[in-house]
Amino acid sequence: MSVSSIDPAQSALSAPEPSTFGEEGEAAKEIQGRSPWQLAWARLRQDKVAIGSAVVILLITLVAIGAPLIAHLVGHGPGDTYPFIGEDSYGLPIGPNRTFLLGADDLGRDVLVRVVYGARVSLIAGVVASALAVLAGGIVGMLAGYFGTAVDTALSRFMDVILSFPLLLFAIALVSLVGPSLTVSIAVIAFFSWAVVGRIVRGQTLSLREKEFVEAARSLGASDLRIIFVDILPNLVAPLIVYATLLIPASIVFEATLSFLGLGVVPPTPTWGNMLSDSLPYYKVAWWFMLFPGGALLITTLAFNLLGDSVRDALDPRYARLFKA
Amino acid sequence: MIHAVAPGSAPQDSDVLVRVDDVRKYFPIRTGLLRREVGRVHAVDGVSLEIRKGETLGIVGETGCGKSTLARCIARLYDLTAGTVVFDGRDISRLSRRRMRPLRKGIQMIFQDPIGSLNPRRRVGSIIGDPFAIHGISRGEDRKHQVQELMRVVGLNPEHYNRFPAEFSGGQRQRIGVARALALRPKLIIADEPVSALDVSIQAQILNLLTDLQDEFGLTYIFIAHDLSVVRHVSDRIAVMYLGKIVEVASVSELYARPRHPYTNALLSAVPVPDPDQADQRERIILVGDVPSPINPPSGCRFHPRCPKAQNLCTEVDPPLEVKKDDRAEHVAACHFPVEVGEKLSRARAGIAQPERQAAVEVSHEAVEGAIGPKEKT
Repeated sequence: MSVSSIDPAQSALSAPEPSTFGEEGEAAKEIQGRSPWQLAWARLRQDKVAIGSAVVILLITLVAIGAPLIAHLVGHGPGDTYPFIGEDSYGLPIGPNRTFLLGADDLGRDVLVRVVYGARVSLIAGVVASALAVLAGGIVGMLAGYFGTAVDTALSRFMDVILSFPLLLFAIALVSLVGPSLTVSIAVIAFFSWAVVGRIVRGQTLSLREKEFVEAARSLGASDLRIIFVDILPNLVAPLIVYATLLIPASIVFEATLSFLGLGVVPPTPTWGNMLSDSLPYYKVAWWFMLFPGGALLITTLAFNLLGDSVRDALDPRYARLFKA
Repeated sequence: MIHAVAPGSAPQDSDVLVRVDDVRKYFPIRTGLLRREVGRVHAVDGVSLEIRKGETLGIVGETGCGKSTLARCIARLYDLTAGTVVFDGRDISRLSRRRMRPLRKGIQMIFQDPIGSLNPRRRVGSIIGDPFAIHGISRGEDRKHQVQELMRVVGLNPEHYNRFPAEFSGGQRQRIGVARALALRPKLIIADEPVSALDVSIQAQILNLLTDLQDEFGLTYIFIAHDLSVVRHVSDRIAVMYLGKIVEVASVSELYARPRHPYTNALLSAVPVPDPDQADQRERIILVGDVPSPINPPSGCRFHPRCPKAQNLCTEVDPPLEVKKDDRAEHVAACHFPVEVGEKLSRARAGIAQPERQAAVEVSHEAVEGAIGPKEKT
C-alpha cells in the first residue's frame, strides 16, 4: 500500500504551533496535544484578575460555610439581640468595638455575624438560580435552534413574552399570593433569567446546526439526539460557562433587591438586602450598619463579574485580543 | 483508476450503482410572519444520471449551479422535491430517516471545508470513531484499533489519536475526513470539492490518496469540483452542470477532445495553459453577462442568454440531453446547435438580439430582489 508510510515532511507539519505561554522548553517534549479546555485553563491561570477574584470568591464561600463557627467565636448568634450592650442610651446602634467588631444594628444585633450569615443566602440564591436558568435556557435554546420551524417559533415567542414581563410587578404579585421565602426568590430569579440564556443558546445552535460537521454526522446516520449532545453541546459549553458566571452576580443583586423590598427572605433571617433596608433610617448615625452589608454585596458581585470576564477571555482569546490590542 | 466499463459500451443494469432519474430539488423562499412561500430556488431541476460501479464521475460547474445540492440529494441529506434515486438496486428517494440509516453505510461523503467538517471540540479518534459508534459496530479498545488502522490507511500517524483537529494541517484534516468516510467500507463516496480548500501542493497528495483507496477498496466516486484540471485528473466520466441542469456528459477524453455544448467549450477555454505560446494561440470564449438567478430561470435552454450560438428556438424549447451526430453512445449533450469540431465559437453570432437576452437575465434577477436571498449551498 503506497500510502501507509508517513511522509516525514507531513509529520514535521504536525508539530504544534509554538506555545504562547512561555513554555518553550516544555513544548518540545510535550507534543501530546492539549485540549481546548487545557488551553483555556492555562490562559486563566496567567490572569491575575481571575486569580484574585477566584480567591475572593473562595474566601466568601468559606466564610459562608463557616458562619456558625464565626458566630460561636464571637459569641453572638445571627438573631440574638443585645439591647443593653448593642445600643447606646438613646437606643441607637453602637459602632464597631471589641464585642461588636463591625458594630451593631438597630435591634442590637451583631452586624459581623449577620453579614456572614447573609453571604449564605446570597451565594445559595445566586448559584442555584443561575444553574436553573442556564439549564432551562440551554435546553429550550438548543431545542428551538436545532429543530427550527414551528418549534422555534413557539419557543422563541415564549421567551419574548417572558423577557417583556414587568418582573418586579410579577414578583410582588407572586409573593402576595404564596408568601415570601428563599425558594420563591430563587424561582422568580431563575424564571426571569433563563430566557436570556435561551436566546443566546438558540442563536449559537442555529449557526452550529449549519456547520459541515453536523452535516457529516447526519450523513453518517446520527440521530438528532446524538447530534445535539455529541456535536452541538460541546461547542455550547464555553458560552454556557461564561453566562453562568455572569448570571451569578446578577442573581445575587436580584435577590438582594427582592429582600430589600421585603419580597425575599423573611426578616429574622439576615440577608444583605434586608440589612440594607433596615439600615436606611440610620445611615446618618450608624454608617457601619449600611457599609458592611453593602460592601459585602459589592465585593461579591464585583469578584464574580471580573471572574466571568476572565473566563470569557480565556475561553475565547480572539475576543480578548480585540480589546487589548 | 479502474475502468469497469469499456468506453463506448452501453451500461448494463448490473454495472450501475446509482441511477438518478429526473431529480428535482426546489428550496422554498419564505417571508413574513406566516412564512408564506414567495418563490422557489430551482437548485436542481430535472437531473438524470447513471453512476457505474468502480468509476469516478466528475461533476463540474460554476458556483451555485446545483452540484452540491445534487450530491446531497443522492446522499439523501435533503428530501427530494421530485424524481428518484436508486442506489444499488433499491429506491432510496422516499425512505424515511430511520429506514435510510442502515443504508448510509453504503454512501459516505467527504466535505469541502477541512476545518468546518470536523468538530473542533472533539478528539480526532472519536471523530473517526463516530461511524462505528453510530452504527453500533464496535466499542472501547476494539474501536480504537479500527480507528488507528484507518488512520494508518489514510497516511496519518495513529499515535495522534488523542489530538484535536486544530493541531493538524489542512491536508491532514482532509485525511481525517477521508478516514471517517472510509470507516464503514462504503460502496459510494461523494466527494464535495474535497481539494478546493487546500494548497495546490497538498491537493495532489489527497487526489492520489483517493485514487489509491479506490483501487484498494473498489470504491465508486462522485467527485464534485469547479477546477477542471482536478476533475480531469481523477474522473472517468464528467458531467457538466449549468443552473440546475446537466448540459453534457462524456468520458474524460471525449469531453476534452470534442466538447459539444457551448458552455462546456467556454469552461474548457478558461482552463489555464502552462505554456504561454500555446496559451496565446488558444481560443478564449468569454461569456457575456452573469449567471441568471435559479429562482426564475430563463425559458427554453437555460444557457441561451449567454450563449454565443443562441437562436430563437433556444429561447422556446428546452433541449433534451441526447447523443449528437457523430458522437459515441455515452456522450450526451443538451443543445439544439452543438459545437462542431474545428468551429470557432468566439466568432459565432447569436441569432437573437443582445438587449433581448440581457432582458431575460434581468427578469430573472428581479425575482430575487423581491424575495429574501436564497441560502446558497455551493
